[in-house]
Amino acid sequence: MSITQSLSTPLSSSSSTFLAPSTFNPRSQVTLPVKSLGVCKCIAAPQEADTAYKTKVSRNGNIAKLQAGYLFPEIARRRNAHLLKYPDAKVISLGIGDTTEPIPDAITSAMSKRSHALSTVEGYSGYGAEQGERPLRSAIASTFYRDLGIEDDDIFVSDGAKCDISRLQIVFGSKIKMAVQDPSYPAYVDSSVIMGQTGYYQKDVEKFANIEYMRCNPENGFFPDLSSISRPDIIFFCSPNNPTGAAATREQLTQLVKFAKDNGSIIIFDSAYAMYISGDNPRSIFEIPGAKEVALEVSSFSKYAGFTGVRLGWTVIPKQLLFSDGFPVAKDFNRIVCTCFNGASNISQAGGLACLSPDGLKAMQDVIGFYKENTNIIVETFDSLGFKVYGGKDAPYVWVHFPGRNSWDVFAEILEKTHVVTTPGSGFGPGGEGFVRVSAFGHRENVLEACRRFKELYK
Amino acid sequence: MYKTSIFSYTLNTNVLQPKMVVARLKNPSPRIGHCTKVPRNSNMEKLQHGYLFPEIERHEHMHLQKYPHANIIDLGIGDTTEPLPTMVTSSMVDFVRGLSTSKGYKGYGPEQGEQALRKAIADVYYKDLGIKPTEVFVSDGAQCDITRLQLLMGPNLKIAVQDPSFPAYIDSSVIIGQAGDFVDKVGKYKNIEYMKCGPQTNFFPDLHKASRPELIFFCSPNNPTGHAATRKQLEQLVDFAKVNGSIIIFDSAYSAYITDDSPKSIFEIPGAREVAIEVSSFSKFAGFTGVRLGWTVVPEELLYSNGFPVVHDFNRIMCTCFNGASNIAQAGGLACLSPEGFRAVKSLINYYMENASILVNALSSLGLTVYGGKNAPYVWVHFPGSKSWDVFAEILEKTHIITVPGSGFGPGGEEYIRVSAFGQRDSIIEASERLKYLLYQEEN
Repeated sequence: MSITQSLSTPLSSSSSTFLAPSTFNPRSQVTLPVKSLGVCKCIAAPQEADTAYKTKVSRNGNIAKLQAGYLFPEIARRRNAHLLKYPDAKVISLGIGDTTEPIPDAITSAMSKRSHALSTVEGYSGYGAEQGERPLRSAIASTFYRDLGIEDDDIFVSDGAKCDISRLQIVFGSKIKMAVQDPSYPAYVDSSVIMGQTGYYQKDVEKFANIEYMRCNPENGFFPDLSSISRPDIIFFCSPNNPTGAAATREQLTQLVKFAKDNGSIIIFDSAYAMYISGDNPRSIFEIPGAKEVALEVSSFSKYAGFTGVRLGWTVIPKQLLFSDGFPVAKDFNRIVCTCFNGASNISQAGGLACLSPDGLKAMQDVIGFYKENTNIIVETFDSLGFKVYGGKDAPYVWVHFPGRNSWDVFAEILEKTHVVTTPGSGFGPGGEGFVRVSAFGHRENVLEACRRFKELYK
Repeated sequence: MYKTSIFSYTLNTNVLQPKMVVARLKNPSPRIGHCTKVPRNSNMEKLQHGYLFPEIERHEHMHLQKYPHANIIDLGIGDTTEPLPTMVTSSMVDFVRGLSTSKGYKGYGPEQGEQALRKAIADVYYKDLGIKPTEVFVSDGAQCDITRLQLLMGPNLKIAVQDPSFPAYIDSSVIIGQAGDFVDKVGKYKNIEYMKCGPQTNFFPDLHKASRPELIFFCSPNNPTGHAATRKQLEQLVDFAKVNGSIIIFDSAYSAYITDDSPKSIFEIPGAREVAIEVSSFSKFAGFTGVRLGWTVVPEELLYSNGFPVVHDFNRIMCTCFNGASNIAQAGGLACLSPEGFRAVKSLINYYMENASILVNALSSLGLTVYGGKNAPYVWVHFPGSKSWDVFAEILEKTHIITVPGSGFGPGGEEYIRVSAFGQRDSIIEASERLKYLLYQEEN
């Protein structure tokens, strides 16, 4: 991404720059002169606090437990600070997993049509069904869950997986315990903290109390040793995995489903990257017999259709998924969707429907193929430099091992010396320490250029 | 007056009262298959029945099954009906087309909203009120923001609501764990302060009676009563909040409908920046009920008891539990706030307010006591001595018009019906005729 493009991209944390807490990231030994650049105006403890009027409303203790800003605005903050330091640098972003390629015409033309229709009498529509427009729900069921026994009304359309994760946390409430892969997408842990399910952060182990962190590393093939974990109520499982790129095998998922069944747990299966799978690893948890009684699935159009800004995703909750008293989970999720949400944008939904037409599917496959090719280039680069490289086959993420090194240090070094933004592994949990995630979303020339710079740095 | 006699006949109201739609499985059928060991969230169990508006839809659906050829007129759920102005949709079309080009493609936007839109909201809606773009958080709508604000505030506090009020305030409070148990006898949740708002007190709560809640939800112009609080009333409210250390969550979703000089924003009141958050929406302002766009203003001066700025934590929620409103919707929102766009959406608002006038005139001419309809697209009709679900049912049965029973908005709504003014002109006129006919019929 050229610098002008970087700058014209909305600075995704322009307001969070001044909102970053002053106690940011105790793990890092890197001294980034952020404050001296005047970028980070920390108002966590305003000077005038003593004389300023304070309400008598206590700050939510759950939010106070969070250690720092959400990971990706932090990465953006660092990127922006770097841009200020090196205004002429051509910063390339392989950090935040943001799609870069234009959305195919087959899909945008449907959204144009819907947008235009909203200004006509016949085409205007107001509130849509909170669960999503029926044709879209139907198309999702038949495209992704054909022959898996998932019906239209098991599908809940949303404005994205990240939002659904929080809505699911609201459904389950504060009194449940969850397990996550370690490393994992930060929204699972952060939403759990916010919801009040966790204890305090324990600095020595870099974990929140009352969350089960299931280590996933090269030694265990990125699948947790389920025999070593205590019973959680909810298990977040992402496959293909963000950040490691590992796609669980049928056998592994069968184990997971059995574990959930034996323990009475519920799996929240995040399949946002399923279409990136190269081989025949399962693309949905529902491919595993018995999964409908123990799992629900979250997915998204973000990484398939470049809908990161358009906002569209879905959650599947089978009718057979029941709470301990026999009450169907889907009914409570429906209540949340009706009360705490008001449906995904109708224009985005029109786009989603087009994505699932034959032309749309082909167009999505092409774009996914493009990013997969980027992934190959990145994998080959780090391979050739002698690094141990994981992922990249079934996901648009490359998980590079830097044994013995602090991942924020490596992040900073790569940024400083090559002007390439990556994501430090420990941002995804203590199990990510010693790794860096390189995202494969980018224009081809930027990916090639980034790889050229990596070769230069690590030759 | 005849009005009480109309509704004195017996109707099988058991059928039509909002049922607990599987709120509790009192006698669970023998379990076939696996039950997990995950306990159901006890807060969800506390909800008494389905959310109000899907319940209304359910009744509509049942009615249609009974009368498949009925020409139903929906004056229930406040759903906009008129097409969007072409200059707004063409902005969205242009933006969408741009997404197919290298130059125009956009991925993730800032979670807080596009800078240009935040600025436009601050400039157009909060002109001269000192609201900065950085205090404006764009969202996918007020209903969603209300829950995010509850998530922000957490379970350990007490809310106050107007009674009657938009049901999402109470329901979200129950869900998040603030509300305590429901007390059947009074029809209220134990830990929520219900501030009665009726004609006797000029639709403003008697604040002397209120205990000290941490959060006060206040909607003006009000859904469902249509009352726009006066400057004096809002000054009292801000004062009350200041004295008690409470935070006001001010819902101004209908402010564009104000026709007199009632304040359009809580920030018109001096001192409000230290005690209030404002939530608003493009839904009723611009017909964006399906497009999904709204915003919340959190001033920098709003501090928790320990001095920590609320805006900081709200930003954290927006970054973690949300990922920005659709960029296409935001492009449309920006067009609405241009001078030309603003004029165009204003004319739609005028159209709905003319509808409201027609309804007010029709209902008043029948001798009914009618409130609202002047500063909001809702007409609040009094049926003294009647149960609102009965009136709702009678109107639906006899005129095929859907309204909303006042008690759906809280016990303070009993005896009232909310009639929404959203609709095509000929439907509104037809509805007025049917209502007149029904009520004349009953008289004779």
